[in-house]
Amino acid sequence: MENNDKELKVSAIKEGTVIDHIPAQNLFKVISILGLEKIPNAITFGTNLESKKLGRKSIIKVADRFFEDDDINKIALVAPEAKLNIIKDYKVVEKRIVSLPDEITGYVRCFNPKCITNHEDITPRFSVVGRAPLELKCHYCEKVTSEEHMEIK
Amino acid sequence: MIKNKSLVSINDFSKDEMLRILDLAADFEANPDQPLLTGKIIASLFFEPSTRTRLSFETAMNRLGARVIGFSDVNATSTTKGETLKDTIKMVSNYADLIVMRHPLEGAARYASEQSSVPIVNAGDGANQHPSQTLLDMYSIRKTQGTLQNLNIAMVGDLKYGRTVHSLIMAMSYFNPTFYFVAPDELRMPQEYKNFLDDKGIKYEEHHDMADILHIADILYMTRVQKERFSDLLEYERVKNTYVLHNDMLSVSKDNMRILHPLPRVGEISTDVDQNPKAYFFEQARNGMFTRMAIIAAILGAKE
Repeated sequence: MENNDKELKVSAIKEGTVIDHIPAQNLFKVISILGLEKIPNAITFGTNLESKKLGRKSIIKVADRFFEDDDINKIALVAPEAKLNIIKDYKVVEKRIVSLPDEITGYVRCFNPKCITNHEDITPRFSVVGRAPLELKCHYCEKVTSEEHMEIK
Repeated sequence: MIKNKSLVSINDFSKDEMLRILDLAADFEANPDQPLLTGKIIASLFFEPSTRTRLSFETAMNRLGARVIGFSDVNATSTTKGETLKDTIKMVSNYADLIVMRHPLEGAARYASEQSSVPIVNAGDGANQHPSQTLLDMYSIRKTQGTLQNLNIAMVGDLKYGRTVHSLIMAMSYFNPTFYFVAPDELRMPQEYKNFLDDKGIKYEEHHDMADILHIADILYMTRVQKERFSDLLEYERVKNTYVLHNDMLSVSKDNMRILHPLPRVGEISTDVDQNPKAYFFEQARNGMFTRMAIIAAILGAKE
């Protein structure tokens, strides 16, 4: 398969998770959302790899780490087409896709400068009111943050 | 069912709950001296200056016999020392049975309702919500028309930024109205509200000229067209007089038509209209006091 060629560019892992089909420009957002910069596991990533679907994609391989659905769905905002391969003993034992939750809590900033969440230490909360294009309605100020204004905290 | 409920957004109340408030407001108007809240303490926290809304709420509290604590000048509070809204609300909810608050930041009242151990009534959070205004508008509409059903409601002026018109659309959507939106291009009703009306199957028309709709409106809801909303000041100069109501324009209007305005007005209703029996904006403000008595009494469980 075409994919296998691409994956060879980043070394294989024995146990862990491969996150594929990340839009290249959002690699560091995915790393930040999943908190990968804070964990001790071995992580390799590739970016600006060719992808028919995305143009340029990124891929992340995290050794000895398996994610809960709730965690992984958080990246749906920045990598809606991401696919996860769960690796055991060098083999893909499970494939998972991400799905956008109905509510987003935490890592997105409300675009409204007059929103209380941008002035006090408050965890932002949004309901997903549009999926394509993405639109998030703030639980507090009730304004809708559109995809182009979305900023990951 | 309203008891102990916070009123942050007009959508927090169901149709039945809104109608319950209007019925209670009528009861208080018929009999304003009902000291039902003797012994209760209500906090009135105005983090932003307001004359009309604060006096209306505090008069309502006093008429109900409650005692009032609070502030109307944030400069005299610990907020200037850097105290957070959370801490202020935590503290005040230890003292009072209900908190009425206005705050310049949007979402402040929702956040306060999550931090407070007592109900919160939102008296305005930035440009977001001002639900007691919506309820008093509905009360004024019902009182002048005898019904909320099947009315022709014309909204004139700044329909883009005006929170009162947006909330009123939401609330009136239960009662099969027809809306006539009259605004300059720069201040047209936002698409999201038109989508909302389309989804609900509610009819609306958009116009540039008030003269198109003055003969069919049951309610003429005027709002202020603010100069600072225009990116093109020439456009403002060109349209500003189009959205000013004069008495002689009212000759074609229906007998039952009434003019509402959330106030303050700044020139968009000429003073020669004030003597016309169709001018209702000062009575509308008076209705606000009865509506606020109703909201407070219902939330504190004084009227079941």
